[in-house]
Amino acid sequence: MAIALVLVLVVVGSIAFHVLSPWWWTPIASNWSYIDHTLIITFWITGAVFAAVVLFMAYCVWRFRHREGNKAHYEPVNKRLEGWLTVVTAIGVAAMLVPGLFVWHRFITVPADATEVEVIAQQWQWNFRLPGTDGRLGTSDNRLVSFENPLGINPDDPNGQDDIVVEAADLHLPVDKPVKMLLRSIDVLHDFYVPEFRAKMDMIPGSVTYFWLTPTRTGTFEVLCAELCGTGHNFMRGFVMVDSEEDYAVWLGEQQTFAQLTEALQTSRADSDALGTTTAQGDAEN
Amino acid sequence: MVDITPGPVDAVPPAEVPEVELYHPHSWWTKYVFSQDAKVIAIQYSGTAMAIGLVALVLSWLMRLQLGFPGTFDFITPEAYYQFITMHGMIMVIYLLTALFLGGFGNYLIPLMVGARDMVFPYVNMLSYWIYLLAVLVLVASFFAPGGPTGAGWTLYPPQAILSGTPGGQDWGIILMLVSLILFIIGFTMGGLNYVVTVLQGRTRGMTLMRLPLTVWGIFTATVMALLAFPALFVACVMMLFDRVLGTSFFMPALVEMGEQLSYGGGSPILFQHLFWFFGHPEVYIVALPAFGIVSDLISTHARKNIFGYRMMVWAIVAIGALSFVVWAHHMYVSGMHPYFGFFFATTTLIIAIPTAIKVYNWVLTLWRGDIHLTIPMLFALAFIVTFVNGGLTGLFLGNVVVDVPLSDTMFVVAHFHMVMGVAPILVIFGAIYHWYPKITGRMLNEVMGQFHFWVTFVGAYAIFFPMHYVGLVGVPRRYPEIGDTAFIPDSVHDLNAFITIAALIVGFAQMVFLFNLFWSLKFGREAGGNPWRATTLEWQTSETPPAHGNFGKELPVVYRWAYDYNVPGANEDFLAQNDPGAAKAAQPA
Repeated sequence: MAIALVLVLVVVGSIAFHVLSPWWWTPIASNWSYIDHTLIITFWITGAVFAAVVLFMAYCVWRFRHREGNKAHYEPVNKRLEGWLTVVTAIGVAAMLVPGLFVWHRFITVPADATEVEVIAQQWQWNFRLPGTDGRLGTSDNRLVSFENPLGINPDDPNGQDDIVVEAADLHLPVDKPVKMLLRSIDVLHDFYVPEFRAKMDMIPGSVTYFWLTPTRTGTFEVLCAELCGTGHNFMRGFVMVDSEEDYAVWLGEQQTFAQLTEALQTSRADSDALGTTTAQGDAEN
Repeated sequence: MVDITPGPVDAVPPAEVPEVELYHPHSWWTKYVFSQDAKVIAIQYSGTAMAIGLVALVLSWLMRLQLGFPGTFDFITPEAYYQFITMHGMIMVIYLLTALFLGGFGNYLIPLMVGARDMVFPYVNMLSYWIYLLAVLVLVASFFAPGGPTGAGWTLYPPQAILSGTPGGQDWGIILMLVSLILFIIGFTMGGLNYVVTVLQGRTRGMTLMRLPLTVWGIFTATVMALLAFPALFVACVMMLFDRVLGTSFFMPALVEMGEQLSYGGGSPILFQHLFWFFGHPEVYIVALPAFGIVSDLISTHARKNIFGYRMMVWAIVAIGALSFVVWAHHMYVSGMHPYFGFFFATTTLIIAIPTAIKVYNWVLTLWRGDIHLTIPMLFALAFIVTFVNGGLTGLFLGNVVVDVPLSDTMFVVAHFHMVMGVAPILVIFGAIYHWYPKITGRMLNEVMGQFHFWVTFVGAYAIFFPMHYVGLVGVPRRYPEIGDTAFIPDSVHDLNAFITIAALIVGFAQMVFLFNLFWSLKFGREAGGNPWRATTLEWQTSETPPAHGNFGKELPVVYRWAYDYNVPGANEDFLAQNDPGAAKAAQPA
């Protein structure tokens, strides 16, 4: 009868583990508490079904275990019972699916007032781009990626000149403002994953994917890559700082635009070219 | 009472094809090596699958050692870790589970259970095995190739799969992987056509489709699905091979690798994902449906009771098989595909829960008012229900598109699919081996070793994968060789990881006992006799055990009833074999 006892212990142990263990999701920092709620509904329904099925099994194993002279009951089918069970199951499934699809609809409906922030992933670092004062991001193309233009921003697009470029540094977001995260990759698949935001999405070279959220509390949150992107996958980290309005403005003021960066690079290249020429002359003289 | 076993018992329809002369082997080589006997091929398939499965088991130990004790083992570099997980996954899903269920159990059981002398195309059946073996050898070769095997993850997503940032991407690893898969699919197709045609054309007199044991229904439906799903993987592999070797751009957009512009352009990485999962999701059920079928027969036989709702069980298998072709993109909710797909695929995915739940209900209702013999096969069947229900229910989290968003790509997913398509089907495989080993060898497997194997495997596997869900819920991503210092992950998660690793090592050790038992009982096992479980299906009614070439004696059996006449009211015995004409009228639940 060990098996009947173990089946009961599996149920009791699983529920105890769920309730008592310290392992649970990290506190949320975005508007997606809807997702958490749907997850909780799912936990309740599936937990009840799991307990019911396994406990019923344990009872059967104990009650109908083989003893001398036992005979099994011969009952090939019971359509009524099957019908009932199908209906109850369908209701349970609908109770999870309907709120799920409702929340999904919200998830994919980006509010009109969301500001755009672009995340550009590469092996194995995060870069970001914010629209400048015109509120629009310039176009981009992986074909334009070069040492001078690591994010592939179109230099001929006037909308891109005032874009703020954050290369391999932290992203800041203002609290309580909806943002649309535009996701782009210059090499392989990546996935922009901040556990506290709940939302995540893959980035695909050649496409721009997106999701949206509203950060709901200030703080520093770690960015991880959640789509296998090569041997550096687990080292591909970054930070998102959710700031108050004032702090955000201060940070924004310290950032450089695409035009400024390009100019700085051209200047320094001119310098190094000049230096290179001198060295070459020096070599020739020797 | 309603009509369960269609057609009146005394109306035995003729077999659909006349008997053909079998190929008779002339030498040891053609009898045991290049054999055309489905039973020998089955053992070849099973032996090869278990041998390569052992490699996958060792790989799982290595990856668990790294996860449980990061930084302790210098030889497990990130490159090596990715190679371990990739090869572990690919071997388990394709080369072990698919090969063992279809090539192993399919070959052994289909002809015997439908009352055929052999598969319909024995020569092609033999070729199927040898091409499978070649596929396995090519796979193994990648371990010894320069750069080692591919570390692209078992999903092989481009672009990274064929680029230098991934182990084997610019070496031989990915090429050998793709070639091996292509060979596997060619070999499988040869075997698969055989299984389907044998079920449809090779049944003996009286064996109507609705009298087939559910084992045959499960393997048959899974094979039909595999024949339809594998071509998608075949195409994806060929195209990726072209991208890698010839420089085409089927899956490769314009991209920059480590600061260098590559010449690719115009391809679609997400197209590969659609092709992969068009195969990959049915693949889950290709592994699950044979397990569903087999476990139904184990439960019925060892509970001495008819399977509850046979007709519904058959239709559920067929419905699940069909539905599984329209749910594939639930693996891609966060892939960046069009967001409206989420509504469609979440709905189809959750609908599949209904026929699946019906199967679970019918298994436990078969136990209700049974005469349950707690044999080792029965214990494994019970453990299967627990793990399958657990893993199936977590599928409702991941299938429900918005709930999947925070959980996808975390350890929750790893825990889910291991529970539902790793642990659960493998428990059925064990139960099935304990159940049919007496027929295959004539001897019983040792009971004491069997009990040890069962308890450690069941409790241990649950202890590995149940807590792992919570590692994912905390937010630990999958495919991380180590988490490192991360603020949102409490230190206790590392302890839990160490616990899981220790459990995995113990469960792995128990499998060595099982393997030892397989060999030990061959010589020292108790003599089984022809029908030790007093089961109804035809394989237990053969004149010889193990069954000779040609399976049955001079005459093929004639089938008078379904496979589940246990404890029929009025019958003398507690079972009536399918080919037992006696007391037939009283037995029919007309």
